[in-house]
Amino acid sequence: MDRQPPPFFNRGPAPLVRLSFFMLLAILLMVLDMRFRAAETLRTALAVVIYPLQRATGAPLEMLSSIADYFSSLSSAQRENEALRSKVLQNARDVLTLEALAAENAQLRRLLDARERVPTGASLAEIMYSGRDPFSRKIVIDKGSQQGMLSGQPVIDETGVIGQVTRVFPMLSEVTLITDKDQAIPLQVVRNGLRALAYGDGATLDLRFVAANADIQNGDILVTSGIDGIYPSGLPVARVSRVERDAAYAFARIQCVPIAGTERHRQVLVLAHDAKLPSAPEAQPQQAVRSPKGRRAKKRE
Amino acid sequence: MQYEPRPQRILLPVSPLFMGLTLACALTFNLLPWRNVSGMPDLLALVLAFWGVHQPRRVSVGIAFAFGIVMDVANGALLGQHAFAYAVLAFAANALSRRLLWFPAWPQAMHMLFVLLGSQLLMLAVRMFSGSPFPGVLYFLGSFISAALWPVATMLLLAPQRRSESIDENRPI
Repeated sequence: MDRQPPPFFNRGPAPLVRLSFFMLLAILLMVLDMRFRAAETLRTALAVVIYPLQRATGAPLEMLSSIADYFSSLSSAQRENEALRSKVLQNARDVLTLEALAAENAQLRRLLDARERVPTGASLAEIMYSGRDPFSRKIVIDKGSQQGMLSGQPVIDETGVIGQVTRVFPMLSEVTLITDKDQAIPLQVVRNGLRALAYGDGATLDLRFVAANADIQNGDILVTSGIDGIYPSGLPVARVSRVERDAAYAFARIQCVPIAGTERHRQVLVLAHDAKLPSAPEAQPQQAVRSPKGRRAKKRE
Repeated sequence: MQYEPRPQRILLPVSPLFMGLTLACALTFNLLPWRNVSGMPDLLALVLAFWGVHQPRRVSVGIAFAFGIVMDVANGALLGQHAFAYAVLAFAANALSRRLLWFPAWPQAMHMLFVLLGSQLLMLAVRMFSGSPFPGVLYFLGSFISAALWPVATMLLLAPQRRSESIDENRPI
């Protein structure tokens, strides 16, 4: 007869078996996530579960800053008020001219029969924390699909583009910074309108596929070109910091520094998705397959 | 070098609630915005390894895996990256548990340094395989700091299990 050990000696499967099972599970998850993007449901569910914990991590900082606000003295508030007043005066002139220019621009655009640039909506969000993973550049903001966030929305601060919403959870969303390795952004040189594509490179951006003899100099400002239909055109993104031209390669090596404080601010602006793209051109009618006879005729010519 | 076996105190049984609380605290610490400070120790890995050594029957590969998944989701990392590393870490801690407690605190920390470095190396290998750039040598600094924190962790995490020292001459044990 088979004798079983008493249940208090039962320790479950052997450690090595357990380890192999969980290692295989992890590899399966990684492949699913990396190749097929199939683990998003699990991710969303877990994100909802750990949301209170993430809130809790931010709580002490928020409390500290609110206490600091409370005790910030009247004099500093007055000083700030003074500074802001002078800034408003400085800005007033710009605003006045801006209105006139906007009107003029609208008129010119109508004249040109161009599609009017619709002022896109935007919502303010706060950075909850930045990811700890040293391999990617991501931040988490406190607005999610409950607040109407959509995957793909551009995120800016007051100086320029900082990234794009790449994953939306019910209460929060993940923003991939433009310096992330997998993040690409279409750009345009302000000085001469040259278009290019920038890829993240850790702390900087890498302008790829630009011909070695292209007219790009140190200090050139790069703005979004808007041809992708995701980023509105004209937002400042980066400044060229180094140009290397090597005759051995077809493309120049160009490094740019992001203009926006991708690692600095606490509040960011999430722009509404302006998805009013012109419809794709209709498919060309398939050209009749040339008969071998025609090809031969061509050859003879 | 040989170590004399030290007299070991008999500890009170551990409270699972306390274990859960310390793991949650370590996870919360890891969620703080540390990205701009390179070489921050991964406290969750340290606490998991600690309980893996001291309570190998309670904290084993499965729990470490679950915490790893939570870390992946919270950081927006590749799903399974931390889980993989933590599972191997917990396995190594469980395997070392019978040997390690014979040593004094600093040799224990030296053992753990290699275990923690190994789990970091695994994570690096996984990310390099998926096409990420090398994050710099400072990335490994975290393990050294974690290992240096091992004696502190021993002091803090075992504190509720120690009983007060009452010397009784007449007690047989």
